Amino acid sequence: MMKDERGRQVLVVVQDGQVAPRFDLALEVVMSRDDADSVRTLILAQNSAEKLCHLILESGIDAVICGGIEEEHHQFLAWKKVKITDNVIGPMEWALGRWKAGLLKPGDIFERCVGWTASSHGES
Amino acid sequence: MDCSEPRLIVQGLFKDPVDFQQILDMMSNGVIVLDRDRRVVAVNNAFEVLTGFLREEARGVRCAHITRNSVCNHRCPALSSPDSGQKRCHTGDIISKDRVKIPVRITLSPVYSRNGEHHGYLEIIEDLRVNLSWDWERVHHERFGHLVGNSPEIQKVFHMLPLISQSDSSVLITGETGTGKDLVAEAVHRSSERARGPFVKINCGALPDALLESELFGHVRGAFTGATESKTGWARQADNGTLFLAEVGDLNYNLQTKLLSFLDDKVVYPLGCSEGVKVNVRIIAATLRNLEQMVQQNTFRSDLFFRLNVIRLNLSPLREREGDILLLLDHFLRSFSQLFRKNIDGYSDEALRILMDFRYPGNVRELRNIVEYATNVCQGNKVLPAHLPLYVREGNPAHPPETLPWGVPSVAPLNISASDKSIEMTWRDMEKKMILKALAQAKGKRAKAAEILGWGRSTLWRKIKDHGLDS
Repeated sequence: MMKDERGRQVLVVVQDGQVAPRFDLALEVVMSRDDADSVRTLILAQNSAEKLCHLILESGIDAVICGGIEEEHHQFLAWKKVKITDNVIGPMEWALGRWKAGLLKPGDIFERCVGWTASSHGES
Repeated sequence: MDCSEPRLIVQGLFKDPVDFQQILDMMSNGVIVLDRDRRVVAVNNAFEVLTGFLREEARGVRCAHITRNSVCNHRCPALSSPDSGQKRCHTGDIISKDRVKIPVRITLSPVYSRNGEHHGYLEIIEDLRVNLSWDWERVHHERFGHLVGNSPEIQKVFHMLPLISQSDSSVLITGETGTGKDLVAEAVHRSSERARGPFVKINCGALPDALLESELFGHVRGAFTGATESKTGWARQADNGTLFLAEVGDLNYNLQTKLLSFLDDKVVYPLGCSEGVKVNVRIIAATLRNLEQMVQQNTFRSDLFFRLNVIRLNLSPLREREGDILLLLDHFLRSFSQLFRKNIDGYSDEALRILMDFRYPGNVRELRNIVEYATNVCQGNKVLPAHLPLYVREGNPAHPPETLPWGVPSVAPLNISASDKSIEMTWRDMEKKMILKALAQAKGKRAKAAEILGWGRSTLWRKIKDHGLDS
């Protein structure tokens, strides 16, 4: 597919509203642009890293946000000039917003201490 | 929000309180402590090395996002009755932060307070790379055997294999000789839940009927002359595994009845014994014969056919697998060069042309044998035409192709006469001829013709249009 002149297109692999922990096991993806608020959700028929790579190339995606991705697929997408931000942990909307703001980095974890405090576990 | 590093102290175990983290770090397997909500409380050094996540990063995050285990993705083991108090063991794989897929075994145990209140979990993650000397080639080999191919026909099989493996239904594999029915059967077993169980292969055409029955179902001592010892039989040996019936079309009619009865209730009655033994086996059958035709000719029981034909997998002959011949030629040349310690790096242009033009009636098996022969004969670093068997150089198959119309599964199989075969015709011509014959057989009724051809009605209509038969 030809890339148009509008903003960059991003794809986030999603699981239960969060960035999916695994690229190869994701069954849901969300696509958006950095110059638009709208998002498009796509439910995949089966999980397959190869098919997902194919979809990314077919859809003219410029950037991918995911959790864990194998080196093989990472290299393939990088070779195809797709920018991958991996090891991201957090809600999809947060990751997308951060990417649009140009702040998202590989390994970003959404407020990892939310919902967890040392004291709540009775530790000293 | 409290992100500070808490000190994990164990009291009462020794005279003075000891650092729990220190104990965790001494362990060689990855250890992760989770709270009731499956958020990370603590991890040890081995876990950090394995996953690439530091404890500061991991703390407070849901474990599925840190361990990234395929098992958790499918169904979190902690969610399956956490109150049962039982530890659970699962095998899967994780993707580390540095993008390496690692096979692991996880053991998850719930943690309770002294008054029995559930507080969290302790998860031990074992790296299986060392134990299994794991690599992609091995995994591919384990899951799909020696199957090689890129053609759409074989890719369809590759796509279906994982789905078939997930189910426990009977499978009927059909295809010409040498197309890899046995390999596919083994691949289905290896990638199924029964992979740890036995894979028992029985060649139904290889043994006399009486012997086959006793070998299949076993016998008790004294059941017949010469039965000096009891024998369990292959069906029982395959308990919790897969029973592969190769050449099931060669089974005689009486034994078909017994096999049907066994398939119905999965109870084995050894010869001379009235008491049955229940077994848990999956049946995979394979044949190069046209069972539909045999059913019509009353040489194969229709009920047994229906029982076996739950999942049907038809393997295309090599001549229909476009692009696979070259792939297989390279694959086998590499394998045999390595095996025979030769330094052959390819085929000469002429040898390759001959090999590509050959029709391979014996399919992959024949191709493999030709390459094995060539590798043995070749003394240089390229396979030349002189290194190929004479019949290949002359373009004559070593044996005539078998007339098995498996490619055309039909209710009333079409008989393509020998004279038709002798004429050089393309697949397109052949297809047109088949359509015309089916239409004639169906007295012009397209729905009936589609049924005869084993196609959908829309496929037939499309092909009729393609061939210009609709005018």
